[in-house]
Amino acid sequence: MNDSAHPEVVVPYEHRQSAHCESGVISGLLRHHGLEMSEPMAFGVSAGIAYAYLPFLKFGGLPLFAYRMPPGHVIRWLTRRLGIRMRMQKFRDPAEGTRALDRHLKEGRVVGVQTSAYWLSYFPPDMRFHFNAHNLVVYGKRGDQYLISDPVIDILVECEVEALQKARFARGVLAPKGLLYYPEYIPPKVDLRRAIRQSILFTTGMMTRVPLGFMGVRGIRTVARKVRRLDPQNEHYNRLLLGHMVRMQEEIGTGGAGFRFLYASFLQEAAALLDKPGLVKIAEELTAVGDEWRRFALNAAKMCKNRMALDYALLADQLLLCADQEEGVYRRLRAEVK
Amino acid sequence: MKKEEIPQQNAKAFMGHSKLLYAVDDQGRYVPAPCNGWEAEEIVLDQAIAEYVRLAEDAWRRAKAGAASTLEYHMYRQRMDLTLLAQTTGFFKWRVRRDLRPGALPKLSAARRSRYADVLGTPAEELDRLPDRP
Repeated sequence: MNDSAHPEVVVPYEHRQSAHCESGVISGLLRHHGLEMSEPMAFGVSAGIAYAYLPFLKFGGLPLFAYRMPPGHVIRWLTRRLGIRMRMQKFRDPAEGTRALDRHLKEGRVVGVQTSAYWLSYFPPDMRFHFNAHNLVVYGKRGDQYLISDPVIDILVECEVEALQKARFARGVLAPKGLLYYPEYIPPKVDLRRAIRQSILFTTGMMTRVPLGFMGVRGIRTVARKVRRLDPQNEHYNRLLLGHMVRMQEEIGTGGAGFRFLYASFLQEAAALLDKPGLVKIAEELTAVGDEWRRFALNAAKMCKNRMALDYALLADQLLLCADQEEGVYRRLRAEVK
Repeated sequence: MKKEEIPQQNAKAFMGHSKLLYAVDDQGRYVPAPCNGWEAEEIVLDQAIAEYVRLAEDAWRRAKAGAASTLEYHMYRQRMDLTLLAQTTGFFKWRVRRDLRPGALPKLSAARRSRYADVLGTPAEELDRLPDRP
């Protein structure tokens, strides 16, 4: 084999599995550059958690239920709050995007890239859907394979050059346009305490104080109302809708209960850093809400499969319970850090 | 959720992999912990995939009978729908709808056909063909 055509590049990089791709990639890249940060801390400081019901955005004919802020939010806000400067590159020409990636690797740089989940050949086939905002780290290249640390996968993986290029240049909503990124400047001292406080104020405000029916706890209540009023004539659609809600909550790399456990873990860490033991108690309460979300998911899934009679009122009541409990959690949390 | 309560139900979709959850250990501290499958997730994942399979089989039967375009079959087989196909090709939805009518596909320009082939990850000449079984 011709060595110059297939040079091998491997940049040492520590793979650590995470629950969510974006918080996993950014905490991994920061750790690589000497700033130790857990995934929950990255997620919490960016104020990644949310709830939104967006019926005008359709995926496979079903409305969007989001348990977090939109893709890109974690990286943008984490780095902004900590004064970290990221280098971000997008490309018009796929071949140029691939050449740029190779150049970075050759210069010894690991980079995060945004991709579609569908074209990644190492993904289990049943997990491949057209979702354009997956994130992963490329740490090397061997022959025609990129060496990849995909934060949601438990092991290191490889992907053909061609497949990764296709995944990086998939078109449509949230098209990655070949986006690659890495931290360019990290301040010698980051003020985590201030960033935590700011982010908690943002999150709690967004969840409880925005007077819009599709966001925060109001959004959860709106969805509860919609579920209660589902037309029993439309069973096939209703099942798809419930299944879709559960997938958004559990399957799409959320760390369990639609990011609620991930955020509770952040609150525990924050309690020690801010020296506010009150946050430990609030983290426990949020865990209890997460458990309720999981019970909702299990019931909804069983109803999808006819292992349980379809009971929209039961699910709606569970959602209202989640909304009420979450509202209490965020209010106490806001009072705690104010 | 407690760490020991994490379901480990070996979902076949994970193909032996596991994902990461956050759960509470016996001292009440959050720790990352693996999960190799949960009934609820498995049900809804199967359901989502089965829906695309159902649509693809239905399109396959209609295409066989000449009542649908083979393009419609290939679209569902790649887990897409009209909206997604329009978004990924960058074509207007009404024009994609028109291209999906039976008989429209052979008349498409080579450029247009190759755009469909590209986003569907299927060779351009395959778009007219149906496999023996859906």
